[in-house]
Amino acid sequence: MLSALKQFGDTYLMWQEGPLIWISDILILVTLIAIVAALTYFKKWKWLWKEWLTTVDHKKIGIMYLICALLMFFRGGVDGLLMRTQLAFPNNTFLDAEHYDQIFTTHGTIMILFMAMPFIFALFNIAVPLQIGARDVAFPYLNAISFWLFFFAALLFNIAFVFGGSPDAGWTSYPPLTELGFDPGPGENFYLLSLQISGIGTIATGINFIATILKCRAPGMTLMRMPLFTWAVLASSIIILSVFPALTVALALLMLDRIFGTHFFTILHGGNPMMFVNLFWVWGHPEVYIVVLVAFGVYSEVVATFSRKRIFGYASMVASLMAITVVGDITWVHHFFTMGAGPDVNSFFAVTTMMVGIPTGVKIFNWLMTMYQGRIRLTLPMLWTLAFIACFVIAGATGVMLAAAPADYQFHNSYFLVAHFHQALIGGVVFGMLAGMYYWWPKMFGFKLDERLGRWAFWLYNIGFYVCFMPQYALGLMGMQRRMYTYPAGMGWGTLNFVSTIGAYMMGVAFLVIVAQVLYSIKYGERDVTGDPWDGRTLEWSLPSPVPHYNFAVIPTVTGRDMWWTLKQEGRTEELRPRPEDIRDVHMPKNSGRPFLMGVAFFVAGLGFCFWWYGLAVLGLLGVAACLLLRSFEYDDEHEIPAEEIRHVEASLGRL
Amino acid sequence: MSMTLERSGVRMASPDRPLEYSRPLESTRIFGFWLFMATDMLLFACLFATYLILVTHTDGGPTARDLFDVPGFTAETLILLTSSFTGGLATYAMRRRRLGLTLSLLAVTMLLGIAFVSFEASEFIHYAHIGATWQRSAFLSAFFTLVGTHGSHVSLGIVWMLSIMIQLARRGLTPVTARKVFIVNLYWHFLDVVWVFIFTVVYLMGVM
Repeated sequence: MLSALKQFGDTYLMWQEGPLIWISDILILVTLIAIVAALTYFKKWKWLWKEWLTTVDHKKIGIMYLICALLMFFRGGVDGLLMRTQLAFPNNTFLDAEHYDQIFTTHGTIMILFMAMPFIFALFNIAVPLQIGARDVAFPYLNAISFWLFFFAALLFNIAFVFGGSPDAGWTSYPPLTELGFDPGPGENFYLLSLQISGIGTIATGINFIATILKCRAPGMTLMRMPLFTWAVLASSIIILSVFPALTVALALLMLDRIFGTHFFTILHGGNPMMFVNLFWVWGHPEVYIVVLVAFGVYSEVVATFSRKRIFGYASMVASLMAITVVGDITWVHHFFTMGAGPDVNSFFAVTTMMVGIPTGVKIFNWLMTMYQGRIRLTLPMLWTLAFIACFVIAGATGVMLAAAPADYQFHNSYFLVAHFHQALIGGVVFGMLAGMYYWWPKMFGFKLDERLGRWAFWLYNIGFYVCFMPQYALGLMGMQRRMYTYPAGMGWGTLNFVSTIGAYMMGVAFLVIVAQVLYSIKYGERDVTGDPWDGRTLEWSLPSPVPHYNFAVIPTVTGRDMWWTLKQEGRTEELRPRPEDIRDVHMPKNSGRPFLMGVAFFVAGLGFCFWWYGLAVLGLLGVAACLLLRSFEYDDEHEIPAEEIRHVEASLGRL
Repeated sequence: MSMTLERSGVRMASPDRPLEYSRPLESTRIFGFWLFMATDMLLFACLFATYLILVTHTDGGPTARDLFDVPGFTAETLILLTSSFTGGLATYAMRRRRLGLTLSLLAVTMLLGIAFVSFEASEFIHYAHIGATWQRSAFLSAFFTLVGTHGSHVSLGIVWMLSIMIQLARRGLTPVTARKVFIVNLYWHFLDVVWVFIFTVVYLMGVM
């Protein structure tokens, strides 16, 4: 019995690995017990199930995405700090090579797929239905499924750390290194299955938001009257639809190689590893645009609102979004110019890559022109937007350097590249997500986040960013390669690496300040009683904060772009107030526990495949099939909110 | 019942549209399904690309010409194309509100689908018997994955069609059940189109 337990502990829980694992186990256990105890003590289990786990309300799903994104930001950030700690000194022994490999793999994967993606979906969900005058997304039940697939996929990926071992072949997971022969053990399977499961949810979200934006707009909300954030979500969703299938195929084929012994990417029996690299980047490069276009959408809203001007060049903003959507899909080979596809292929992809700079430049100039002669207010969202412009211009310039194929042979896989993509993804995406979080926070929760603490976080994070990543450009040019776990003392890289680590810790402190800011503001934050704390321009600011669950008591008829702003200027805001006689019964979808259970079933199936436990895998898949069939036979999935109840709610909000 | 568009304010749907489009929510769901088919098409496109790269990578094992049996895949093709035709007739019968005819045409479609999948399964089993498994070479990995993905789509379609027939028998033709009949047939046609490409790119080009 005892030896069986030790066997289990050593094989699956990795107890022979030493104190790092034991501490993690204890921390996880203590956190779990604390959560369970708190929920039991405050009698919140029923509340959790009824209000959150079974909800199909886009606003609540958005909040859950946001919480998950921030938690994953923390996990990915800790991974980053562990790496920077190891690299602070030459010949450091803080981490060994194997642990370092695992940590850079989980850092990259988590930051892209389990931090950036849920963060953009949080903003999709929170803002889009409100901006276009809809009561929910087109398919609320599917929206809940998307969330729970993401949630359980993230859980599956994170659990690998203490159960079976993390993947260790980089977030790009190139074969043949990731084939079973070179990478035995479940770690890589965790990567493949968790990405596959969250990918299904992501495709569903893409479908959902295209359908929502194209089919569920309020009357009068023509395409060219839509807020630019909604346009950005449309562009992002189109890219999701176009490229996620390639990721699905890449992951599935690699999984077949590992689980069933096929030969897609093996060296033996005619496999071709470069095919994985192509399929991966057919998705991987547009993935950057999936996340950054949404951030561009946030900047467009923020710049117009806080300059008190309509956005400069609206039509060119839309056109440039769509141009990036198309051109961004045909640049992927620039990730592996060194494959040696030949001068013709490399030239084509070098040119398309540089072409992306044109519509991006158009957007930068439009934001600047919007600010020109505007009455600028330096609020937190605006600060992050201004920081983005400076940061992203540098990222773009170094990007064009990398895009020059002959030069790329020098930069390839060096710290120059690491610095470049961190600048694009932090300066472009993270700044945008934080700006969006600050911007829509009052709409979600009914209070603003504290400005003073926010400024501390802003400056710490920004200065920390440059201290961390500028030295890395130089290190790259000095020959330091990415993913090396240590370096000898004689290379002359020590000082710059040490400086970079200081910057990383500044960013870590900034994150803690943001946490403190949230906690402080829950109690002391300025309450938003008007629903329009920023003097906004678009429809969501015509609603109270937080928004009632049916969103609009009466669906507005839209008469122009930035309609709420126009009405305020002309003193006609009463037109967007619901009139009691216009309020009718509203049909809303019922809550359902099935999306949550479907996530559990996918989790079980994923775990089964990770460890080659086919019984468990089949059990999980049967659960998925059962959920699908039960849904197909479900007809009574709506409930009616009587007009009287809506009148009552609106009256209590002082809107009648 | 009409939820989505009503939620966004567009209240009435026109009565002269086909039954499956008669309510805005159902129409949005059909649109959503078209979007899904676009992603599924791209998924198959990636599998086709993989196959075309690996088709020559036989590693000294069986080639396409050694394996493919012309009468066999011709029969599969004819069965599937016929099932697509009967599926189309089912949609037509559904629009003319003929419940019994719709059900029987769906049943015929489903049976043809089962025949197709059985043919394909026996083809796969035969290949495995003569040593042409998907572990043998990259070409065979790609072949089994591409054709097998199509086959599992068809199998899923059969179960789905059965569940819709049960609902149809229980509830009769309503905008909801009509939409379901319409969508499952869209799916079926889509698989038919994919098969036309498999027939051409895999089988015909394989034996040429």
